[in-house]
Amino acid sequence: MTRRCGPDAETGARSFGPSYRSIGQGLNEAIQQSVQQRRARVGVRLRVALPLLFGALIIALVVGLCIGYQPIDFASLQSDPLSRAVFLRLRLPRVLMAGLVGASLAMVGAALQALFRNPLADPFTLGVSGGASLGASIAIALGIGISIAGIPIVFIVSFVGAFLSVFLVYWLASSTGKVILPGALLLAGVVLNLCASAGVLVIQYLAPYGRSLQILRWLIGSLDVVGFDLIWKMLILLVPGWLILMGYARDLHLLATGEESAASLGVDVRRTERMVFLASSIIVGVTVSVGGAIGFVGLIVPHAARLLFGQDVRFLLPASFLLGAAFLVLADTLARVAISPSELPVGAITALLGGPVFLFLLRKQQRYSAM
Amino acid sequence: MPDNNGPLLEGRNLNFAYGTAPVVVDVSLALSRGAIGAVIGANGSGKSTLVRLLAGLLEPASGSVMFNGAPLADLQARERAKRIAYVPQSSSTVFPFTALEIVLTGRSPYSGRFRFESQRDEQIALAALDMLDAAHLAARHVTELSGGERQLVTVARALAQEPEVMLLDEPASALDLKHRTQLAKALRRLRDERGIAVLMITHDLMLLDSSVDVLFAMKCGRLVASGGPEAVLNDNVLGDVYDAPVRTRRGDGRTFVWSEL
Repeated sequence: MTRRCGPDAETGARSFGPSYRSIGQGLNEAIQQSVQQRRARVGVRLRVALPLLFGALIIALVVGLCIGYQPIDFASLQSDPLSRAVFLRLRLPRVLMAGLVGASLAMVGAALQALFRNPLADPFTLGVSGGASLGASIAIALGIGISIAGIPIVFIVSFVGAFLSVFLVYWLASSTGKVILPGALLLAGVVLNLCASAGVLVIQYLAPYGRSLQILRWLIGSLDVVGFDLIWKMLILLVPGWLILMGYARDLHLLATGEESAASLGVDVRRTERMVFLASSIIVGVTVSVGGAIGFVGLIVPHAARLLFGQDVRFLLPASFLLGAAFLVLADTLARVAISPSELPVGAITALLGGPVFLFLLRKQQRYSAM
Repeated sequence: MPDNNGPLLEGRNLNFAYGTAPVVVDVSLALSRGAIGAVIGANGSGKSTLVRLLAGLLEPASGSVMFNGAPLADLQARERAKRIAYVPQSSSTVFPFTALEIVLTGRSPYSGRFRFESQRDEQIALAALDMLDAAHLAARHVTELSGGERQLVTVARALAQEPEVMLLDEPASALDLKHRTQLAKALRRLRDERGIAVLMITHDLMLLDSSVDVLFAMKCGRLVASGGPEAVLNDNVLGDVYDAPVRTRRGDGRTFVWSEL
């Protein structure tokens, strides 16, 4: 519990201490100590945490690569050409795909949470994935298989859907005034998701049977991929999106502490919003049009990163990126082997894990902010 | 050439409206280097909007804000943040940042886009907290602090910016008497030692004449009176500004203010 008077529980400093000191002098030992702890923590964050996260990711990748319907080990890879083909054409691309999608969704989640100052924000809960799904459904129903400059048009239509959604959610939630109400934001997200899924249903109903089945299969979401072609095409769009988000990490950190304060510290709030919306929509559009709507990754992973490393958004973005990749690789491995030889949709696993986390955060959030 | 003899921060014929409702009407005021000013006025009289205009956070519909003799609008946002600090009326975050992390954000105008704060930044931040007798809050989560403690942290962030002007929107509204006194002392010290100019919105008329050099009284978006405490803190001006039977009495070298019921 917070103690407002008497010896401070954490630092041992007293609230009733001498009331006036000169600048930079007389900081008592306890405060010095707390500073050193923090400095140690910054050190831990940079020097220990990042290698640790890389380690976790590598372990997840190895687990994902070894475990599957057909267990693969080094000996069989060397001796058996079939085994090698399965590994190189199916297993490796799929594990990399899971890593890319997980990293992307988690980083977008962390960025949107800072931007909206709401720990419940996530591409899924804000309806951005819904908008991307609607866009992708339209593209599939129309049978658009063409690419523009190597980029599949389904990516682009999904991106447009995602961008319209994030813009609409922002507009709805902020129309009450300058302040974005957390409740209004989530309600707007829910309504958008409902509208988008209604739209998808209508399209499925109207589309020819074969296309409609295609949409259904795609909606369930799978990270199945053959070869690396698609992965290269995704990277063309994902890498710029990641770089934009990282470039705005400091502005997002300041925004997370309050919009007016950030503006007075020199952050161009509108520009940051526009760029983060743009990058998030590109990333979500691409990942959703490949893997379907995989929910809650952007919610669980940044939350875990906060618990591990604190609130600094400049650190949360890369931490969520690495942790998100590890998380979805493991979730997808589970999806592949849980009811082997059949497969579970990976979106079902993330939703089963993410739903309870969301409810827990919702309950916690009600303590400090009214809806 | 910056003009060191003229006013540090100056509003010239400022006008601002939200939609069609005028909020600030033709306000001109000037704040000198090393002066503490206060803006008083009834709720909704345009004080906060005026301060946001002076902070460069809002753009006036007409008129201009001058900093050091040059238009404030010409200054880049980050350069502005090194010179003008702004403390909003309420600032809350749902994320449990530590108080020190919040104060450290005041150092961000001075560090690069991809750099964390240096050890020196940390010392400045702690000294800022210490100046407000709030150093013991450094490691606490802001979400667990009381309203008054959060205000102290926000003011400390503004101090950490090492600005030339501090603009504060009701910085003392949730502070107890001890911390109000502490804040007033800290602002006076900043004025005396570093020549910092301060402009704050306040409803605390009792503490004014002992700590303030110049007063600006607003009513319905207009500046209706300005000058030293003795010129503004009188029955006529205050009665008009607050539209209430305000009485004042001078004694012991200070002004007492109360309201008849």
